[in-house]
Amino acid sequence: MSIRLSGNEAVAYAMKQINPDVMGAFPITPSTEIPEYFANYVADGEVNTEFVTVESEHSSMSVCIAAEAAGARSVCATSSCGLALMYELLYVAASCRLPIALACVNRALSGPININNDHSDSMGARDSGWIQIYAENNQEAYDNFLMARPIGEHPSVRLPVMTCMDGFITSHAVENIELLETEAVRKFIGEYNPENYLLKKENPLAVGPYDVSPYYMEHKVLEAEAMKAAKARILEVAAEFARVSGRHYGLLDEYRMEDAELALVLIGSSAGTAKAAIDQLREHGVKAGLVKIRVFRPFPGEELARALTGSRAVAVMDKSEGFSANGGPLFAETRSALYDVKERPYLINIVYGLGGRDIKTGDIEKVFERLADIAVTGATGPVYTHMGQRSKEDMV
Amino acid sequence: MIYAKDINERTPWQDLTPGGEIYEPGTARDFDTGTWRTNTPVFHEEACKHCMLCVPFCPDSAIPVKDGKRLDFDYMHCKGCGICENVCPFPAITMVTGGAAR
Repeated sequence: MSIRLSGNEAVAYAMKQINPDVMGAFPITPSTEIPEYFANYVADGEVNTEFVTVESEHSSMSVCIAAEAAGARSVCATSSCGLALMYELLYVAASCRLPIALACVNRALSGPININNDHSDSMGARDSGWIQIYAENNQEAYDNFLMARPIGEHPSVRLPVMTCMDGFITSHAVENIELLETEAVRKFIGEYNPENYLLKKENPLAVGPYDVSPYYMEHKVLEAEAMKAAKARILEVAAEFARVSGRHYGLLDEYRMEDAELALVLIGSSAGTAKAAIDQLREHGVKAGLVKIRVFRPFPGEELARALTGSRAVAVMDKSEGFSANGGPLFAETRSALYDVKERPYLINIVYGLGGRDIKTGDIEKVFERLADIAVTGATGPVYTHMGQRSKEDMV
Repeated sequence: MIYAKDINERTPWQDLTPGGEIYEPGTARDFDTGTWRTNTPVFHEEACKHCMLCVPFCPDSAIPVKDGKRLDFDYMHCKGCGICENVCPFPAITMVTGGAAR
């Protein structure tokens, strides 16, 4: 079914089709519309979800954790400081191995306070044990949320899943997208039958007990193994989703990479801008390409290394500033992934788009100009730079 | 199903439960947590009137009761907090230094 929806509407509609048992609901810009739309579905009797309105995101995630431990499917949505306030509970959800589905509408973190898009919120939570899947557009935001539960619920995984989309750019812009029929969604999601849960009276369960030193590390290894296993499960679910929808997804998305000498690595809605710029450059004979990272946790290191092998110069574009003084989080992962490659491309890092700073095809072209110079001269210049800020010096 | 009795500090990670979940009640009985104790209560039976004030105050249920009378401490679970000595109206409980059971 073809329809015009904003990213937030699309995710709220996916939630409606899933018909979860519980939603922990607390509003924060730009994700507010998700619980708002969903509240309409609840009020109109279109879902039989327990819609729990709480006083903070710390509580909305706590609601999801409790519900999930009880054996219920729970969902949540948040942004920015809301995700930051959940921080403690994000680790609890992951370590208790509860497959909560959270829609994160990416927004800059305070401070200074700002409501616009970058990835600093979810990147801050990248090591919390959550699977992270990023959308380029509204269609992907919808599709990713539908895939979240089947990925997280599988016994080989049992981890919470955060599906991310760019605040306002994706969450509020209206696009034509394809929806699955609700019956097809229900069939795709299936019944939720966890092996153990608090309401199972046959065997009383304790969740999240205190873990002394002789056990903590073993449980963390179990969690790390689950994150490794998630890679295969994500691809399995994507294959099943392709059968239902006709839309194909991998861990990453390669665009015109087959013969690319110059390449970008980035995440989210900027991929659309980059693709447009690459099409223009290709018309002028520039062998430009893009690798869009769709799944950031687990990180597709081997797949990324394979995709970049053969390219001569690569720019990793981070939409968050990690303050490592050594490059952004995507750069750290990419450089690490390339370490074992014999013929490594030259690599630079560009931090861009913070707090809603716009990026245009002209900006992308400038990055490729710099990559073309590096490919010829072999001199990368400063490896870690910012783009889009006003400066007394030349940018890029 | 992995039961608590099958788990100990030599169990490899592959044989532990995800998230440390425990699939049965009452597993505290299987684990000696009295070793955390640095002070130890001593029970003087002759001074005890079996008023039972100490029993509900014990945070670890480490004072067993049988036929209306309290028995000696369950040193496998007593953490030596000393609350029992504090609430006892009689000289029936005294705390001594050290974790060894008396």
